Amino acid sequence: MPQIFGRSFNWFANVSIVGGIAGASLLLGILLNINRLDYVSHVGMPKDQPVPFSHKHHVAGMGIDCRYCHTTVEESAFAGIPPTETCMSCHSLIWTEAPMLEPVRASFRDEMPLQWTRIHDLPDFVYFKHDIHIAQGIGCQTCHGNVDAMPLMWKAQTLNMEWCLECHRAPQDFIRPREEVFNMNWVPPANQSAAGMELVKKYGVQTSQLTDCSVCHL
Amino acid sequence: MSESSTSTRQQYTPPPPELGPGQTSHTSITEKITSIVLTPHTPYQWFIVVLIGLMLVGLLQVSIAYLLYEGIGIWGLNVPVGWGFAIIHFVWWIGIGHAGTLISAILLLFRQKWRTSINRSAEAMTIFAVMCAGMFPLIHTGRPWLAAYWLFPYPNSMAVWPQFRSPLIWDVFAVSTYFTVSLVFWFLGMVPDLASFRDRAKHRVTRVIYGVLAMGWRGSAVHWERYEMTSLMLAGLATPLVLSVHSVISLDFSVSILPGWHTTIFPPYFVAGAIYAGFAMVLLLLIPIRRLYGLQDFITLRHLENMGKVMLTAGLIVAYGYFMEQFIAWYSASVYEGFMMQNRMFGDYGSFYWALILCNIAIPQFLWSKRVRRNTVWLMFISFVISVGMWLERFVIVITSLHADFMPSSWDMFYPTFWDWATYAGTIGFFLFAFFLFVRGMPVIAAHEIRTLLPFGKKEK
Repeated sequence: MPQIFGRSFNWFANVSIVGGIAGASLLLGILLNINRLDYVSHVGMPKDQPVPFSHKHHVAGMGIDCRYCHTTVEESAFAGIPPTETCMSCHSLIWTEAPMLEPVRASFRDEMPLQWTRIHDLPDFVYFKHDIHIAQGIGCQTCHGNVDAMPLMWKAQTLNMEWCLECHRAPQDFIRPREEVFNMNWVPPANQSAAGMELVKKYGVQTSQLTDCSVCHL
Repeated sequence: MSESSTSTRQQYTPPPPELGPGQTSHTSITEKITSIVLTPHTPYQWFIVVLIGLMLVGLLQVSIAYLLYEGIGIWGLNVPVGWGFAIIHFVWWIGIGHAGTLISAILLLFRQKWRTSINRSAEAMTIFAVMCAGMFPLIHTGRPWLAAYWLFPYPNSMAVWPQFRSPLIWDVFAVSTYFTVSLVFWFLGMVPDLASFRDRAKHRVTRVIYGVLAMGWRGSAVHWERYEMTSLMLAGLATPLVLSVHSVISLDFSVSILPGWHTTIFPPYFVAGAIYAGFAMVLLLLIPIRRLYGLQDFITLRHLENMGKVMLTAGLIVAYGYFMEQFIAWYSASVYEGFMMQNRMFGDYGSFYWALILCNIAIPQFLWSKRVRRNTVWLMFISFVISVGMWLERFVIVITSLHADFMPSSWDMFYPTFWDWATYAGTIGFFLFAFFLFVRGMPVIAAHEIRTLLPFGKKEK
């Protein structure tokens, strides 16, 4: 009986060796990097909100400080989402008839808070605290990006753990003077690492503990 | 040299041939081995074993499904015994696998020709035993789909790595290397025989299946030369694994500071125990199979006797290990070590310890007798006893050390649940099922190696 697989099938064995290794590596590479895709982490992707609130307009245009609305950012883990009353402190006087703002007025009338869609949502096992980051000289811009240039809110960073650790392992590369924390246009000096090291020492950042599991995962 | 010593010197008798009298030619060997597979006839005993195996596999699936649904709380684990049956059976199965690697790699390098009739099935046993073993730590995590990122170091988006100083991560490397090398070695060894199947098969589907598996083997001189060289290299790779894998597994225990675990004797004593258990399992499988398929000419009494001798030797090393544990418990003058040994022998689990001594030390001493070593019923019995004994050994090590450690307020008993037993029985079923599938569909004996045992096939003078 003749062989079912003749010599012409031999190329398949050779290709399968190279192809198997290459295919497996490719698959592994894809699997490993899925978490890093913007598509998965939603970086740069605005979400539907009840009102198309523009940080660009309010921050860059009006010059309102972050803390006018996010009142607890300096003393609490949570930065704070403003109550409707904060919106109405201006919008009871200007744009009072704007149809776009009807959900805000409805919320004020019915005493029902606006249901914003959260953009920066960390997993529940991460215990992030805004206050300590603000107090130790980490600017809003470092994590939230140039909010003053965002007509709609989106994530500027992946919030993956490797991204957190980038700073927790080398805070001197990101730290800034406390008075610059809320400055959206701060530019790091040319000698950031050296200047940052000074600030790390000055503010007493405990670098030896920054990568302990319990720092963020309690 | 005195007159008396020369007169008492025994006459040298050459060992009996490796093959029985029935096998005299290349054709008869190949015919016999292919006839097990390339036949529509399957012995009814095969169906019985496979059916039992399948039912137990069903039980295993139910156990695992329930475990994934409910969590590892369905097992008898709790503080202080956090390592129960899963770890006992992990070590038990891994140990069983070692005989296959020892036979195929170390005996190959030592040119022990008698290994050729048992190496293939012993290697298959290794593969399936390691599969069973691997299941336990995976399901012990409770969430096996996450285990990959807990166990394997890879550049993940969390920028964290497993703890490389932990023996548990060494385990992952030891076991996965062991499995890979064993699998490649096993499959490579089968290629020439699969080609024989391909050439002898009548049915087109069978020819295609064995044709794919034979990977274009034509039996040319170049093929054989490369084959022999690759086998030797793989044997060289596998040889250190025989010693390293179980050493690493013993470090899971001995790196900790728990009395009863924190012992330097563990690596050699675990390796000896593994070989002990492995040979017992080889005998338990091969004695019925050689009978069922009439393979007495290939797996002769000489093979069984040799395996009995290996078991006896390994058993004595294990006995030395037990003795050393007791000696060090006394010699260290540590209260905790002393208490551990006393608790092991006379505590709540004392009966397990004495059963272990009976199974692993007392009964196997019958192997000193040549008549016992050449009697299949005795060998089956002793092998079974050793398998139970090695299970007891792991039970004693894991449970009695954990259940009463330094702090009396945390002492508690461990009681296995139904699901503990069901998972264990399920892996035994999986093992039997897989092994008998292998026997039915793959070359259970390395025909091309057996052929070299024929008088005119031997290369040596």
